[in-house]
Amino acid sequence: MNNPSVDTAPPAADAATEPLLAVDNLHVEFVTRQGLVRAVNGVSYTVNPGESLAVLGESGSGKSVTAQAIMGILDMPPARIPKGEIRFRGTDLLKLSDQARSQIRGQRIAMIFQDALSSLNPVLTVGWQISEMFRVHRGMNKRDAMKKAVELMDRVRIPAARQRVNDYPHQFSGGMRQRIMIAMSIALDPEVLIADEPTTALDVTVQAQIMELLAELQRESNMGLILITHDLGVVADVADKIAVMYAGRIVEHAPVHDVYKSPAHPYSKGLLDSIPRVDMKGQELYAIKGLPPNLLDMPSGCAFHPRCPYRRDNCVTDVPPLYEISGTRGSACHYYREVLDDTVG
Amino acid sequence: MTPSGERILEVRDLVKHFPLTQGIVLKRQIGAIKAVDGVSFDLGRGETLGVVGESGCGKSTLAKLLMALERPTSGSVKINGVDMAKARGGELKRMRRNIQMVMQDPYTSLNPRMTVGDIIGEPFEIHSEVAPKGDRRRKVQELLEVVGLNPEHINRYPHQFSGGQRQRIGIARGLALQPEVIICDEPVSALDVSIQAQVMNLLERLQDEFGLAYIFIAHDLSVVRHISDRVAVMYLGKIVELGKDIDIYERPSHPYTQALLSAVPVPDPEGREQRERIILQGDPPSPANPPSGCRFRTRCWKAQDICAEQEPLLEIRSGGHPSACHFAEAHDVISA
Repeated sequence: MNNPSVDTAPPAADAATEPLLAVDNLHVEFVTRQGLVRAVNGVSYTVNPGESLAVLGESGSGKSVTAQAIMGILDMPPARIPKGEIRFRGTDLLKLSDQARSQIRGQRIAMIFQDALSSLNPVLTVGWQISEMFRVHRGMNKRDAMKKAVELMDRVRIPAARQRVNDYPHQFSGGMRQRIMIAMSIALDPEVLIADEPTTALDVTVQAQIMELLAELQRESNMGLILITHDLGVVADVADKIAVMYAGRIVEHAPVHDVYKSPAHPYSKGLLDSIPRVDMKGQELYAIKGLPPNLLDMPSGCAFHPRCPYRRDNCVTDVPPLYEISGTRGSACHYYREVLDDTVG
Repeated sequence: MTPSGERILEVRDLVKHFPLTQGIVLKRQIGAIKAVDGVSFDLGRGETLGVVGESGCGKSTLAKLLMALERPTSGSVKINGVDMAKARGGELKRMRRNIQMVMQDPYTSLNPRMTVGDIIGEPFEIHSEVAPKGDRRRKVQELLEVVGLNPEHINRYPHQFSGGQRQRIGIARGLALQPEVIICDEPVSALDVSIQAQVMNLLERLQDEFGLAYIFIAHDLSVVRHISDRVAVMYLGKIVELGKDIDIYERPSHPYTQALLSAVPVPDPEGREQRERIILQGDPPSPANPPSGCRFRTRCWKAQDICAEQEPLLEIRSGGHPSACHFAEAHDVISA
C-alpha cells in the first residue's frame, strides 16, 4: 500500500465490501505418473485485516498447497488450477500476469515457511538476505538496505542485531533463524502473512516466543494472518476462526470458540477427543480409526466415511456439501446435527 | 526417590562429555560438550518414566547411554543390579537384549531395502537363543499381530506402509527380544495427530501385556503426562526436577518446569487472555560452556547471587519432591 507502483492491477468495483483475501472454490490438481491427484477440492476461506485464520489439517490435507496457490509458488506443471478464484482486495490473483503477481508476492502477501534452516541460503549472510527484499523490491542501495535489515532484526528482537547482521544462518539457533524468516516476511509491510507451520520445528519455550512475536507484529500492522498448523494447542491460543481441512476439502469452519466447545464435524470432534486430557489418565485414548486417505484413490462420497463413527449409507455415495449451520459456521457432514448434539451436552 | 516395587534400572551420576578438539594432525582437546552431566534416577519394573526437555538438553544422549551405544565418561547404569560398563561378552549381550529402543522417525529408522520380516527378525540373528532359525518366521508373524499389523504382510517393504504402521513395525522390532525396558525416543512426534492416539494406546496395551518398563522421551508434555508414572525434567544435561506426574504437572517447583508448562499451548481457547504465560528470554546456553552454579540462572527470573556461586542439588524441597532450585516453590501454572 505504501508503494503506489504496486497498484497496477485494476481494483474490482466491490473492493470495499470484499474481504482482504478470499479463496473461493479453489481446486488444485497434480498430474503425476500414478494419475491425477486432487490435492485441493473446492476450498473457500476469507481473511480480513487484523484477523487470524487457522487452517488445521494433517499431512496431505491440502492446507499447504492452498497456501502455495495463494502465493503463486506452485510448480505448474505438474500442478494446475482448473477452477476457483483467489481474490486479494477484490482482484482475482489467478487472472493476473506473472509480472503483476510478482508485485504482490512477498510485498503484499508474504509467507513464512516451516523449516527456517532450509529456507535460508547458507552461503549468504542473513543481513544480505533480509536486505535483498529492499534492494529488489524497493530499489534501495546496499548501504540503506543493510541499515533497514538491522532495523528489522531489532524489530523481531534478535539481540545485538548490528553485530549479527553479517553472520550466516548456521550461526543462529533455530528460534533465531525463524525470527530472521519473520523479519524477511514482514520487511515490506505485507497485508497478509501466511505462516506455514512456523513453530513445528521449534521447542515449546521458543514456540511461545515466536507466537508472541507474531501476535505483536500483527497488532502493530493489522495484518491478516493465515496460520497453517496441525497443532490444536497453537490454534486455540491465537486463532480467531478455524478452517479444518481433510483430504483437500474444508470439513468445518467456525469461530475458534465454537469448534473447541462443540465441533460440528466427526473429524474435528475426533481430533479434539484424541488429545490426552488430565482426567483421561490411565484410560485408553480416543483414536480415530484407520488411516488418512490416499489422494490417488479417494473414498467415494464423503472422504472421511471409512473412518467415521456417524457413517450411514448415503455417506458412501453422496459428497456432503458444506452445510451452513449459522452465519459464521459450516460443516461438511450430512449428520452435523447429531455431531453437534453429541458435543454440546 | 525410589519407585515402588523392584528396581530394574539404576542410573547413578551418569556423565557424558564429548571432547571438542582443535587441529587435524596434533589434536588438542579444547573443551567438552557436557551433554549429560550427572544424571541419577531409578526405574521400577513396569513403570514409565517420562523425560522432557528442550532440544540439546541431553535426552537423546541419555537414551544412547542407556542403550550402551555410547560409553559414559563416568557414572554407572545398572540393569537388574549389574553394572553395564563392567559387563563383558555374553553378559553384556544379555543385558543389551533386555533394553531396547523405539526410534523417533519411522521413515528413516527402517531400512528401505529390507522386508518387514527381515527388519523385525534381524535381532534374532544376534540373539539366536530367543528364536531358533526354523522358528523365526512364525515368531515375526506373532509380533506383527501383537502390534496390530497383518501377519501376511511379512514380505512387504517399509514404503508400502503408512507412518503409523511403520512406527508399529519399529515397536515390533523393539519387542522382538522380549526386553524388560523399552526406551521410546519421541515415538509419536513424527506421526499425524489422528494416528498419535493409536500408537499411544498400543504402547500402553503392550506395557500391560508384557510388563514393560518405559523410558518415554518426548517434548509433547500432554502426551508425557498421559503415559508416565513419573517425570524427569532435563535442562542442559541435568535433571532439574523429578517427581510423580501429579507433582510435576500440578506442583512444579523449579522455575524451568514452570516456564516449560506455561509455554505449552492449551487446546482450549476459553480464557486464553487470562492465562499466565512465562515467556523465557533467549536460548539455552551452550552445553560446552554452561553457566556456573545453577545452569538455568541466566534465564531465570528468580536468580540471585547464590545461584551463580552454588549449584543447587536435586533434593526434596518445598514441593515435596526433588527439585534443583535454591528457591523452589510449588506453583500450579496450568490451572492457575
